[in-house]
Amino acid sequence: MDPRELYQEMILEHNKKPRNFGVIAQANRHAEGHNPVCGDHITLHLHLEGEQIQGISFEGHSCAICKASASMMTGQVKGKTVAEAETLIQEFRDMVTGKLDTKTQPHHLGRLTVLAGVSELPSRVKCAVLPWHTLHSAFAAQETASTEKEF
Amino acid sequence: MSNALHKSGKTLPGGLDVDRVRADFPILQRSIHGKPLVYLDNAASSQMPQPVIDRLVHYQTHEHANVHRGVHTLSQLATTEYENARHKAMNFLGAADAREIIFVRGTTEGINLVMHGYGRAFLKEGDEIILSAMEHHANIVPWQMLRDEKKIALRIIPMDDTGELLLDEYEKLFNARTKLVAITHVSNALGTINPVREMIATARQHGVPILLDGAQAAPHIPVNVQELDCDFYVFSGHKLCGPTGVGILYGKAALLEKMQPYQGGGDMILNVTFERTTYNEIPYKFEAGTPSIAAGIGLGSAIDYITGIGLERIAAHEHALLSYATDAVRDIKGLRIIGTARHKAAVLSFTLDDIHPHDIGTILDHQGIAVRAGHHCAQPVMQRFGVAATARASFAFYNTFEEVDALVEGIHTVQKVFA
Repeated sequence: MDPRELYQEMILEHNKKPRNFGVIAQANRHAEGHNPVCGDHITLHLHLEGEQIQGISFEGHSCAICKASASMMTGQVKGKTVAEAETLIQEFRDMVTGKLDTKTQPHHLGRLTVLAGVSELPSRVKCAVLPWHTLHSAFAAQETASTEKEF
Repeated sequence: MSNALHKSGKTLPGGLDVDRVRADFPILQRSIHGKPLVYLDNAASSQMPQPVIDRLVHYQTHEHANVHRGVHTLSQLATTEYENARHKAMNFLGAADAREIIFVRGTTEGINLVMHGYGRAFLKEGDEIILSAMEHHANIVPWQMLRDEKKIALRIIPMDDTGELLLDEYEKLFNARTKLVAITHVSNALGTINPVREMIATARQHGVPILLDGAQAAPHIPVNVQELDCDFYVFSGHKLCGPTGVGILYGKAALLEKMQPYQGGGDMILNVTFERTTYNEIPYKFEAGTPSIAAGIGLGSAIDYITGIGLERIAAHEHALLSYATDAVRDIKGLRIIGTARHKAAVLSFTLDDIHPHDIGTILDHQGIAVRAGHHCAQPVMQRFGVAATARASFAFYNTFEEVDALVEGIHTVQKVFA
């Protein structure tokens, strides 16, 4: 695979100008995600009203894959319910671990399929999943999340 | 020496014939993602030459049985070869006595053995251990475990912005409670070669034993533990063209004899009843259970291979590679070298613009170039330099100047992708 297949324009663009980057004042749930292997470290701020995600933002230091994943994730889940977001979390995990073929199987991932190439790079799967794992933790109101425990 | 001369492919008088050396390493012939492999992750693990591979195969094919046990021919043969490897390690380190050479799984286990055998046995509440700011986690965490268990204190030698330890500060850390110094000979994350001769002398003045983590030193510079006069020296086989799962702990006999055993089991005993056990003599006291026999013999073969080439020649070639690479990357805008000590082993740790090292590593990998990306199991070093991680190219004697060129081109490609 050519590195440009993974580092597509959209990923590089989100890395350079991440959406929803920073802290939102109304946030009432927070979670930290840390990948001890590479040092990716992000904090997610969530404004939850009932079951509805009213607002979401993230901050921290991470690689391009992680940052683009976080940036696109925040864009996708804003306005959705927790249950809808949990479906996306599952689908995203399945996509980057090669269990979901987004070309042939139904899904709700939309533009997030740009990250499907990660499934060919086992060492980078954790980078892409970290924001999603952190989102799951934020719903459960855990304070930290680490991909070390998952898959 | 000019770079043109290096790149002409000619061997300097007394220098290393890299083409001939490379022919010994079958893995260097393979390709990665359709590109020739450029293996620059030698500080993590080095590759194995054919003679060592052959030695492992020969052992398993013709010589294997358990050691130190049977009266039968094969057991005696395996024992002889295994003990020969111990002698090779003794000569390699310049030790006086094979009893001072303990087979361990690797550097990490060697340090843990000293923590248990010496630290747990002799340190008391309020005692202190001196470490340096550039230690690998393997030379931090065991001592933290001891600190929490025994309520001792760890004192840390600081370093400057180039990655050199501050020797004045080191001297000031000694007091009557100092019971051990444990420092790295060569930093895995920065490449710094520490002035261990001087540092050992200081410890000696204060009557404090000193352990050197030689994982990054033994494969690259000549070491003589008697000349150094260190108390413990540890290194790993797999960074020295040998197999994984084996390493060497050198310890002065007088210390080893005082120490408590590390693990209990077979081979480390003289006599066992349900009432009491009499421990074996050193080094066997520290070698419980059936060891990694093939790996130990393979390490002996790797030592033969390395000494056959000569560590002086290895060090000279690697130094030339480092100088060439350092000059070449200096011109790359946005590249920052982490670790610029005056005396360095062939380790080039760097950051590039605001590109995360993992992204650098992935893109280089797609060009066949293997580097390490991350914190290198030395997070305090990363914190000291204010970075989360670095990319690290680490060279071995089988690397070429053309491979350095490939690295530089690869870094340019990374910048183009992220432009």
